[in-house]
Amino acid sequence: MSLLVADTLTKSFGSTPALRGASLTVERGEIVAVMGPSGSGKSTLLHCLAGIFTPESGEVWFDGARVDTRGDRERTALRRTAFGFVFQFGQLVPELSAVDNIALPLLLDGVRRRTAYARAGEWFARLGLDGLEGRRMGELSGGQAQRVAVGRALVTKPAVLFADEPTGALDSLTGENVMDLLVETVRAEGATVLIVTHDARVAAHADRRVTVSDGKVVTGVRV
Amino acid sequence: MNVPSTILALLEPEPSHGYELKHEYDHYFAVSGRPLSFGHLYGTLSRLERDGQISVLGAEPGEGPDRKRYVITPAGVSQVEQWLAEPESPQPMLQATLYVKVVLALLSGRPAAEQLEAQRQAHLDRMHELTVMRKAGPLDRTLLADYGLFHLEADLRWIDLTVSRLEQLRKEIVR
Repeated sequence: MSLLVADTLTKSFGSTPALRGASLTVERGEIVAVMGPSGSGKSTLLHCLAGIFTPESGEVWFDGARVDTRGDRERTALRRTAFGFVFQFGQLVPELSAVDNIALPLLLDGVRRRTAYARAGEWFARLGLDGLEGRRMGELSGGQAQRVAVGRALVTKPAVLFADEPTGALDSLTGENVMDLLVETVRAEGATVLIVTHDARVAAHADRRVTVSDGKVVTGVRV
Repeated sequence: MNVPSTILALLEPEPSHGYELKHEYDHYFAVSGRPLSFGHLYGTLSRLERDGQISVLGAEPGEGPDRKRYVITPAGVSQVEQWLAEPESPQPMLQATLYVKVVLALLSGRPAAEQLEAQRQAHLDRMHELTVMRKAGPLDRTLLADYGLFHLEADLRWIDLTVSRLEQLRKEIVR
């Protein structure tokens, strides 16, 4: 059974169609890159698969169960427990330290404070961020901040990591390092990954690449 | 540059004489200043005829290779199909061949966008292989892989740009 399925999704914003029958299947443990030009619908597809947007028609399945028919509260719970997210900007809280940011999803999930901080602290060596636990986001470089974002996304041991242009704000060498770390870490954790990117260097890290054009998945090549 | 397949593709729309083929070849593909020599052209035509990919439709009175009128055979059309459809092995500086294929696909009414998409996928697959090589190291191999990756990335930018301009290009070159 495939872990994630998008079946003939349509979604519009006002009168502008973003998805026009997009279908995609992702197997457990796969790293899939979704490519396509700006406005092709690739980010909307990710948001539908992650239960952030509800498609107007079509079906979204995760681990054998429908996602799109669930209510807001259920989808929020699913996102918090089963999914992790890395975006280009903005998902880290600037007023909090690096370790606070990584511990936050665990605290929101009801994990005891001491346990949450112990688990968050374990990530710093893996992320190459030893000694930076107490730094606030503004005191970290772009690459360091994205490493914190990777830690925060994976600390809850999600089944799926959704990444939208995860290196979009970084220079090419820093971006490569973040992608190397992301791929190495998700392989070790056994997570499945969906990466949305327009960057071929980022997509080259994936096991499989698909292209979205005019709201449809038009190609997919297995390697 | 695959001159025999290019000549075949130029011959596909209608039968033609050698000098017309040379004129057409030079017009489209000798922009950088290397026209096709008559020796090369007639040697190529002779080999294509020997291999059954073209045949002589008729010769006008008089002597000399310029009097012959050539027509592509079904075997020649298959060869053109196969050559145009097959992605080029990704390598630095292959844009010239890609460009020729795009022009010929447009001239023959074939789907140039699909051809470029197949090429894009071939490039992305090669980039994946090079990324695996890059991660495995050591640094000299990583740098070699990076060299390939940057070149392929540049090709991809050209492919994406060309896809967005195909319709305009078709209007300009198709007579």
